[in-house]
Amino acid sequence: MRAFTYERAKSPREAAAAVAADPTARFIAGGTNLLDLMKLEIETPARLVDVNDLKLDEITPTKDGGLRIGALVRNTDLAADKRVRKDYGVLSRALLAGASGQLRNKATTAGNLLQRTRCPYFYDTNMPCNKRTPGAGCAAIGGFTRSLAVLGASEACIATHPSDMAVALRVLDAAVETVTPDGTERSIPIAEFHRLPGQTPHVETALARGELITAVTLPKPIGGVHAYRKVRDRASYAFALVSVASVIHKDGGGRIALGGVAHKPWRVEAAESSLPRGAKAVSEGLLAGARTTTQNAFKLTLAERAIGAAVTEARG
Amino acid sequence: MAILEDLQLSRREVMATGAAVGVAAAPGAAGAAPVEPGPSLMKVSFTVNGQRQTLELDTRTTLLDALREHLKLTGSKKGCDHGQCGACTVIVDGRRINSCLSLAVMHEGDEVTTIEGLGSPEKLHPLQAAFVRHDGYQCGYCTPGQICSAKAVLDEIKAGVPSHVTADLNAKVQFSEDELRERMSGNICRCGAYSNIVAAVAEVAGGPILGKGA
Repeated sequence: MRAFTYERAKSPREAAAAVAADPTARFIAGGTNLLDLMKLEIETPARLVDVNDLKLDEITPTKDGGLRIGALVRNTDLAADKRVRKDYGVLSRALLAGASGQLRNKATTAGNLLQRTRCPYFYDTNMPCNKRTPGAGCAAIGGFTRSLAVLGASEACIATHPSDMAVALRVLDAAVETVTPDGTERSIPIAEFHRLPGQTPHVETALARGELITAVTLPKPIGGVHAYRKVRDRASYAFALVSVASVIHKDGGGRIALGGVAHKPWRVEAAESSLPRGAKAVSEGLLAGARTTTQNAFKLTLAERAIGAAVTEARG
Repeated sequence: MAILEDLQLSRREVMATGAAVGVAAAPGAAGAAPVEPGPSLMKVSFTVNGQRQTLELDTRTTLLDALREHLKLTGSKKGCDHGQCGACTVIVDGRRINSCLSLAVMHEGDEVTTIEGLGSPEKLHPLQAAFVRHDGYQCGYCTPGQICSAKAVLDEIKAGVPSHVTADLNAKVQFSEDELRERMSGNICRCGAYSNIVAAVAEVAGGPILGKGA
């Protein structure tokens, strides 16, 4: 690990200003992903700005009947919150399907959104990776691709986003609240928060340098049967090969988002009108444009079947 | 004690040598990289097993290295050092965490409990005694992490924290073998002593925890 200075920010604006002014600075909250990457020298900040004192660790009701989740709410606390369990079950389920108990106790809401890919070539510093070194090339393309993207990928990057939580937030139409050094606040719809790789896979989110996430907001509850079905190589503590976040209503309509298949949670709203006609019908639109390799083509079949299981389960 | 002291010093020397080689190799690999900043030292105070500790540490020091290398509490183990194996699990302010994935300087004022704080050879914690009774280990390397994790798991179930295998999110969480196996999945045992670990923890849970909970 490279040497760095460490400081604790006193306010969100102060934290944002510190990181905006110094290209070598990074925010740190739970640290479970950042420190891992710093040990491997994939991340090499010279300055860490600790945001844990910013009092962004509460879950409060919003005026329009939703919830405002502070950026520092730990994954364990968010999953266990009674309001989330009752009205946003897909979010609790997604969180509980991710990581281990130890990691969920540390990992924060904002940090979960900002975690980096688990592409094995991103982790192997002997391999070229456009995320680590823009322009270096992508060793994953033509390599071992079983776990990698089948939707929305580019010639520059076929990595997937590893978050389970983000997939649930996508079906719930959450928004990400931020603050910039000059105090400007904005709300970014979750659909626009994570980017597809295109030619700049190192630019992963819509955040500007130094822009700090302060909260994630959930609209008022939409009812329906909530589920998060995660398919992985072992029963617990593994990243998704494919995951399905679903909210399905009595009339068979609802919402579906996929994890483990793209650089961001994958949802195609236009395809959801086909949901009452079953998994095959909705998958046609949802998986349109997929590009697979012989190693990861199974993800399309797996996604359709996982959606089928979610639909069947919702019918009771 | 003197022998242990020598042993630890020599291990640190070995580690320091390893680090020096790493630093020497870096400029060559990076070409004309800018000069790296030197180590940054900081003071931090926290409580470990009821005792107040103040250390001056390189900011890079993890909580695990602070415990093992600076406070000589070598019960907590370094397995993968990347949060994947759980051997470093300790309890901070009542919650289990991977101490290898947390900077020591981020624990100002915190209360840390390690395996040394749960029990002693003379007065074992009920989980420690159960692990002995049920042979919940072979080589024993993961055991301190398993026991710290298990202690926190029982507290989590008591506090009503749900898990991936909890059938109904809105019902009271009950102890079961499935719950235990899911919640302990962040603690790997390469010897594969899982069935005996489950038996040991279930025995402790079956007493006061189930009695009070249900």
